Amino acid sequence: MTIMNHELRQGRTAFVIWTAAVAFLLVICIFIYPEMQEDMDVMSRLFASMGSFTAAFGMDRLNFGTLMGFYAVECGNILGLGGAFFASFAGVSALAKEEKDRTAEFLLTHPVSRARVVTEKLAAVLIQITVMNFIILGLSLLSVRLIGEDIPRKEILLLHGAYYLLQLEFACICFGISAFLRRGGAGIGMGLAAVMYFLNLIANMTKHVGFLKYITPFGYCDGADILADGKLDAGLAAIGVLTACACVLAAYWRYTGKDIR
Amino acid sequence: MEAVRTEALTKYYGRTRGIEHIDLTVRQGDFFGFIGPNGAGKSTTIRTLLGLIRPSGGRARIFGLDIAKERERILERVGYLPSEVSFYPNMRVRDVLKLSAGLRRRRCGETVGRLCERLRLDMAAKTDELSFGGRKKTAIVCALQHEPDLLILDEPTSGLDPLMQRAFFEILRERNEKGATIFLSSHILSEIQHNCDHAAIIREGRIIAAGSVEELSRSGARRVSIRGSAGCGALAGVKDLRVSPEGLDFLYSGDMKTLLSVLAEGNISDISITEPDLEEVFLHYYEKEGDEK
Repeated sequence: MTIMNHELRQGRTAFVIWTAAVAFLLVICIFIYPEMQEDMDVMSRLFASMGSFTAAFGMDRLNFGTLMGFYAVECGNILGLGGAFFASFAGVSALAKEEKDRTAEFLLTHPVSRARVVTEKLAAVLIQITVMNFIILGLSLLSVRLIGEDIPRKEILLLHGAYYLLQLEFACICFGISAFLRRGGAGIGMGLAAVMYFLNLIANMTKHVGFLKYITPFGYCDGADILADGKLDAGLAAIGVLTACACVLAAYWRYTGKDIR
Repeated sequence: MEAVRTEALTKYYGRTRGIEHIDLTVRQGDFFGFIGPNGAGKSTTIRTLLGLIRPSGGRARIFGLDIAKERERILERVGYLPSEVSFYPNMRVRDVLKLSAGLRRRRCGETVGRLCERLRLDMAAKTDELSFGGRKKTAIVCALQHEPDLLILDEPTSGLDPLMQRAFFEILRERNEKGATIFLSSHILSEIQHNCDHAAIIREGRIIAAGSVEELSRSGARRVSIRGSAGCGALAGVKDLRVSPEGLDFLYSGDMKTLLSVLAEGNISDISITEPDLEEVFLHYYEKEGDEK
């Protein structure tokens, strides 16, 4: 566990900053809900008349006047984008930073197998994401209670569960990429998250490119679908899980056979 | 028993040559020097032995263990000092040493205390703020703290002041006397000559000479210094010729009778013919045409 503990210590600052930033925005969003609720009729009509833009964010299928409708759009975007950026950053840095910062020579001349390095580094990334999501969920539930609303337990847990799965998938994909890089790949990780987010918006805007939902992890995090169905799309989620597993296996394969220069 | 044995060890980076057919034997308890200029293949050999890079051909064993199959068991018994030292950010010296010991599942507190005292290393210092020499000392303690059976040192003294270099070699000699094998890679030939029992010279990825330091220094070449004048400049086997108003100075590896007959015809007031030091031998090998040893 030495490598895992070391990774957690090294990633502490980034973890605290990202968790604080996402949680802060989410809490702010929840606290402005009661104020916005008063003007919600006007806003709902406004949002409904924005054509493709409305569809892109699923606002054509959500009632923005309810807590969950509001939560799925506003908080969902914060949690989705913020969480995906952090997960991608943590995943893509995990292995590549050792070669970029020339610390791989220090680490790999100790009696530790490369497979152990991969396992413990992956564990550290997954722990960070899990703890981040627990903190955010806890603060979110507390904030909903503080504004005097009932907690729609199932819907909130489903939404947070979907975004947690999305973050794990991004982390695993970027972790796999990380094993192939010799330099830092923060740009690649963040760029990938941004591209996937926009692919989902495009898929929402027109049915002609609906297949994009099978490519982007944001496909199974669509708040409108989750709230309407009361469950995640098992097919899309399974594709996500399989993709994540394949990327982790690729990381083991690549890193255990890689020349460290 | 052999601490290190390589057989035709070869590494190519794509089409670029790293090392070719390296045959090297280092006996257990030896103080072994590995000499060559930058780019000759010293670091590639070391990185292959440590399992950081995979050989393209050949094989290598450390303490009889195959480097490709038993890397972790080998590294348990090895301490490594890289030529360029890098540590993780925001760590203190004591954290780095603790991390290194933790990765070896060892507690090395007592040895660390002694080493830091001898090398005057402040354990509370932040590694980001250390000088190059300070980082080097931290890496030295990392390499030595678990009292390894084999120490692999790549250009170890760069960044160390003369006092620290002396303290460092004292520690190495003590470890060597206790049975540790030292594999010292360097391009500073005096370091090898003063400290090593055996050495190998590497050029363009190939071993061009190996043996005891004494044997290597006793190569066929001689340093010839003449006060006066003689027509030696055109002789075959003359290298490193330096001409001054007072006389001539050169390294000679040709036929001795021919040299003496040319000198006899010259106008010479004084002459000395001596064994060259290792540095001159090294130059001699490096200036040779072809790959003959």
